Parts: sequence; structure tokens; C-alpha cells
Amino acid sequence: MKKISRLALGLAGLVGLAAITGVQAEEAKTPVAGGTLNMIAQPEPPILMVGLNTQGPTLYVGGQIYQSLLTYGTGLEVLPSLAKAWDVSEDGLTYTFTLQDNVKWHDGQPFTAEDVVFTADKFLREAHPRWRYIANTYVESIASPAPGKVVFQLKKPFSAFLYAFELSSFPVVPKHIYEGTDYRTNPANQTPIGTGPFKLEEWKRGSYIHLVKNEDYWKPGQPYLDELYFRIIPDAASRAVAFEKGAVDVLRGGDVEGFAVRRLAKLDGVETTTAGWEMYSPVVFLQMNTRKAPLDEKRVRQAVMHALDREFIVKNVFFGLGKPATSPVASTTRFHSQDVAAYPFDMAKAKALLDEAGVKPAEHTVRLMPIPYGSQWDRLAEYVKQQVEQLGFKVSIQGVDPGGWSQALSEWDFDMTFNFTYQYGDPALGVARHYLSANIIKGTPFGNNQGYSNPKVDELLLAGASAVSAEDAAKAYAEAQKILTEEVALGWLYEMHNVTISREKVRNLVTTGIGLNEAMDEVWLAQ
Amino acid sequence: MTFFRRYAQHYGALVGLAILGMVLLLALLAPLIYPVSPWQGVGEPLLGPFEDPAFPLGTDMLGRDIAAGLAYGARVSLLIGVVSTAVAVVIGVSIGALAGFYGGRIDDLLMRFTEFFQTIPAFAMAIVLVAIFNPTITSITLAIAIVSWPPVARLVRGEFMSLRSREFVQAAVVVGQSGPRIMLTQILPNTLSPIIVTASLMVATAILTESSLSFLGLGDRNMMSWGFMIGAARTMLREAWWMSVFPGVAILVTVLAINLIGEGLNDAMNPHLRGRKG
Repeated sequence: MKKISRLALGLAGLVGLAAITGVQAEEAKTPVAGGTLNMIAQPEPPILMVGLNTQGPTLYVGGQIYQSLLTYGTGLEVLPSLAKAWDVSEDGLTYTFTLQDNVKWHDGQPFTAEDVVFTADKFLREAHPRWRYIANTYVESIASPAPGKVVFQLKKPFSAFLYAFELSSFPVVPKHIYEGTDYRTNPANQTPIGTGPFKLEEWKRGSYIHLVKNEDYWKPGQPYLDELYFRIIPDAASRAVAFEKGAVDVLRGGDVEGFAVRRLAKLDGVETTTAGWEMYSPVVFLQMNTRKAPLDEKRVRQAVMHALDREFIVKNVFFGLGKPATSPVASTTRFHSQDVAAYPFDMAKAKALLDEAGVKPAEHTVRLMPIPYGSQWDRLAEYVKQQVEQLGFKVSIQGVDPGGWSQALSEWDFDMTFNFTYQYGDPALGVARHYLSANIIKGTPFGNNQGYSNPKVDELLLAGASAVSAEDAAKAYAEAQKILTEEVALGWLYEMHNVTISREKVRNLVTTGIGLNEAMDEVWLAQ
Repeated sequence: MTFFRRYAQHYGALVGLAILGMVLLLALLAPLIYPVSPWQGVGEPLLGPFEDPAFPLGTDMLGRDIAAGLAYGARVSLLIGVVSTAVAVVIGVSIGALAGFYGGRIDDLLMRFTEFFQTIPAFAMAIVLVAIFNPTITSITLAIAIVSWPPVARLVRGEFMSLRSREFVQAAVVVGQSGPRIMLTQILPNTLSPIIVTASLMVATAILTESSLSFLGLGDRNMMSWGFMIGAARTMLREAWWMSVFPGVAILVTVLAINLIGEGLNDAMNPHLRGRKG
């Protein structure tokens, strides 16, 4: 009898315990409203108007103020944002978007389909190079046939079109503020008006940007947070200390240097993730100017690729925060192909390729211009120099500042340099620009600056872009990747992993493929 | 007492000379001891000191030998130190001598010119010069020379002014010697002591300036230098102390040695201190 009762008591106790932990688990999952989230804007953005500036920090802060029609999941699935539904016609020529109801601008004006038409047809066409290219190349007309509906009529199919409505490509701007004004000098750029979950309260230059909750936000009950602070801390070591001391709760990829990431990730109560960059998937590459001997010779570029140990680069230069790249299309985005020419680390093969090409490396001095973004990039240049010198070339490193780098690259005045660019989810948006011969234009560091030109590749890339079905696009892009890797149009080094570091109490921080640029309407702080 | 015996009375000066001798030897022998370029990764990355007997001072994040870096860095430091000081002394002595000997308008003009350089903080100006002319070993040497000549000019001007009115100079004038000849053969030899002492200390300052420039990433990117080694390693101080500590010690020891030598020279050459026990 005693035994049974004890057992019963014990059981009851267990059940009770389970009930209590169940309640706690439930509490930990239910969002609580309130609280302040501290982050870092690095470097301080020049402006918060996302339609005029798409630099990292502008998007990070501006993404809380402005919103786009669509957003994208970590698997790059298309998700609703200001558009709640969308429809693509069979022939791939008509895109119809249905907008969310009851959305208001921060100044109280209603958000309508007219704002979207103005944004697409007027504002971004003038102010946004990437959208201008898409609009002028593919879009026939943009109209609003009924309230809450916007229709894009295309001239020819564009397989990447649904991926062109991300925050950095298509932030919707208020027509009533910008229509008929000079967009760049409009004083409203200093007091941004968007539809996002947070409004600009105060911007103390050099110190912080303070955003507060938008009480009229269109998602009921959201956002949960009351305030956001983006602190401005110019020194990398101080940013790491600020996180350690608890002055900031979130570090974005690049806020602190790689070695500090490893240290901070080990702290108690700290979480890390590399998710939230799928849309951008930056790929780092060695850019070899194909106009200059000996780099104009395909086999020399292949030899350079064989001489670089990309595992070593990721592990020792970038602290393991990446993955060796094998193709121009990042493995996290659409249409990545495995069937490509591979360049395993093999010095003997590299030297054999040079012999085969009849190139005498000792006769050439190659200028190598590091990208001036910090010490890791300097180490990368030193590593490439030592490897290329082992092939017999003389390599001279040319130190430059960011302006000098951008200028030399834009003017094609380089032998070798590094660069990394965002891929924007689809090869037609972020990849093709580096290889299309039509993009051999001076004036931008992010085009086909190496002067690579192959009519067959042009054809394949354009075929992929204008394919109606995903299968056709995949086929064309796979073929293009095969040729590009075989000819070493660029020396792909690695896919950057950006680590987001946050305190455990910050919940729902990274939910989509644009990560921290996503409107933080679902982020909440556990007590 | 001979000059060397006076110098040797100062023990510190002897120690300084010995250290500098060793650094010089290391710099000269660097290509023999380390035939592979100091930029070349030769071992596992981030080996600590004595972890592998082949790399007694360890390796850096790319597997480069720290000891090889120190040896090649000594070449750069000493070369820049000596050459930039020589250039600065030539400029400083010329301007100072002309100003001090002729006085008047020439003196005014040259001294205002000198003050122009003196009013700008030397290091800031060196940074600007290097940034304008792209960092190469020549531009860095010249930049350091350009920011360090004014004190020499001031010193030499003072010496020339005081010596100009001495009897032996007046005698030379009476004999009919030309101005330049008097400057070169009569006055200059008598100002050599303070110039040598100042120059020896300038070498130390030049080494420090070069290290600071390299530390800031404004060094010659194709030359291994101590300042560069610290600048590259500084971010990993907590993980790999040896990468910054050894080049730091090298700078400290070399600069200290040169300062000790300078002090020894001062004591040995200053007639007022003759007979003082070091």
C-alpha cells in the first residue's frame, strides 16, 4: 500500500513537473511585446532612403522603414510582403500582384497601388541601376487596373522576374512625397517615410540611429519591439567589446573580424547562425584581367587556380567562415551546377599547364591589388602572391585605398584583384553581369571588368534569363557554368559565410533569406 | 684618452653597439640563413614558439616563419633608418649652414621655411606624403627624411651663428677664403659632434616612424617589416601573442641600442664631459 502510494505520488509529481516545464516551454515560444533591441550600423550609412542607396548598412536600417513587394525564404522560396498574392501567366509575360489591405505610410497617408506603379515606373527606373536595366529591357508596361492590384506586362519572358522584388532591388517609396521632385535632393530623404514596422525617431550622427515602433503597422499586434537602436562604433575591437559587455544584442556579419567571431560565439547565452544571407550569397573571386598577358591565356588562369588551395584560404585566412566556391553560381542560390571544371590544389599540374602554354613566368611581373577592406583581405593577397610566385611569376602588391581600388577596377587598370558581389537569388540578377560581353563597360567596379567575352556564354546567359520554364533556364545556366569554369572567366575562391551573432533572448531574428534586412516585425525579446 | 676609450667608459653604449652589431649581422646574413622569402608559408599556420624546432619563434596565420620575418625586417628597418637620416642630415645641414652663416634675409627666409615644416605634426605629415606617393620603400624613406630635417637645420644654424664670429673664422675671412670654403673647411668640421649625436638618435626615430607607418598598413607591401608584422598580428593578439611580441621586442631592442649609442657618442664627443665617469 505504502509502496503504491509512493509510486502514485512520484507519478503525480512527474506529471506536475511535465506540466510546469510545458508551461515554461509555451511561454518561451509565445512572443512578448516590449523591449529595446540594440544593434550596430557599420559603417554609418550615408542615408536611410533604400531607393537611393543599397549599401549594406543602409539596407540594414532602412529595411525596418521601407518594405518591398516580396521577400524570400532561406530556401529562396517567394514569400509575401507588401504583396499578399501574385500570379504569373502561362506565357510568363503577365505578373499580377495583389497588395495587402490597410497599409499606411508613416505619415498616415494610405498606401495604394499607385505608389507601387510610381515606384516601378518612375522612381526606381530613374534612381536604381539594377531595376532600370530590368525595367528597360523586359518591362512593357506597369499599371494598376483595379485598387490593390498591380500588373507588370513584359516584352519577353524573364525567368528571374519574381526575384527582382527584394528590398534592395524594389523598395516601395511614397508617391505623394516624391512625385514631381528631384529624388536625390528631396529633403524627405532625411526623414524617411515608409510602410515598415519602425519609424525614424532620431539620428544622432556618429552616435546612433533610433527607430521606434510604428503603432499603425499593417500586421495586427506587431511589431513586438518598442525601440531599435543602431549604434555607430567605428572601431572593430570596440564593437566586439560592446557585444561582450551587453551594450548591443546583435552583431551582423562583418561587424567584427573573423577571429573575434570565434571568440564571441563561445560566450554563454550567445547564438550564431550563417542563415539569412541566401538571397545575397556573396562569392569572393580573384579577378584576372584577361586583356593583359600572360593572363589572357586560359591555361595561365587555370594554372593560377590550381596553385591556390581554397581550403587553406577559408580555414586560415577567413577563419573557416566560408566554403570553397566551385562555380560562378553560389551553391545556396538557384541554378547552381555541380557539373563544372574543377581546380583542385595541385602545383605540379599548375606548372605543367604553364609549360604547355609556353609561358615563361619569370618574364612577367603581375600586379596584385588587394581589396582594401581589412586585414583578412591583406592576408588573402599575401597568400595569392606567395602561391603565384611559386609558379615563377613576380608579383608586386599594390596597396590602395577604397577609392583607389574602385577607380582602378572601374578603369580596368589592374592585373589581378579581388572582389565579391551579391548574387540576388538568380543568375540573371547577380551573376550574369560579370560575364556578359555587353557589360564590358568602364565606370563600375561590379561589371565585366576582367574583359571576358565569349559569344556562346552570352547566348546561354540570355537564354537562361528569358526561359519560361525553370528546366530550360537550368539547362542553359548549367551549360554556361561549364564553359565559364573551363575558361576561368573569374577565379572563384569561396562562398562567404556571414555569421549573425545574437543573445539567446533575441527570438525570431533571422527568418528569411535576406536575414537582418528583413523587417523585424516578428522579433521579440524573451524576459 | 682616445675617442673609443672615452666612448667605452659608458657601459650602456658598449651594450648598444653590441646589439646593433648583431642586428646588422642578422640583416646582412638574412638571405643566407633564410633562403626562402619571408612571405612564403613554410610550415603549419599558427605554430607557437618552440612547438616545432624548425621555427623557434613560431609561424603566423599563413604559416610564415616569424624568425625569417624578423631577419628580413631588420634589413628594411636599418636601411630606411640610415638612408632617411642621411637625406635628412644633408637637407638640414645645407639649410642650417646657409641660414646661420649668411644671416639676415636669407636666414629669415630659410627659417620661416623650416618653421613651416615644424608646425605640421611630423607623423601626420609622413602619413599624408606616403599616401599621396603610394607606399614604396623610396617614398617612405623620403617621407621620413622630409619630416625629420628641421631640427637638424635649427641645430646647425645655431652652431654656425656662434662659430661665425670666432677668431679663426675671422682669420679665414681676412686671408680671403670664400664663403662656401669657410663653411665647409672651417666651420662644418667644428659642428660635426652635435650633428652626429643628433643623427644617431634620428635613426632610431626613423625606425619607429617606419614601423608605425607599416603598422597602419602604409608600408611597402612587398617588403617584410617589423611594423607590418605587428600590424598584421595585432588583431590576433589574444590567440597568437608570439606574432606581435617578437617583432615588438625587435623594435624595442634596436631602438634602445641606437639610443644608447647616441648617448655614448654624446658623452665621448662633448668636451665638457671629458673625464666624467660613465
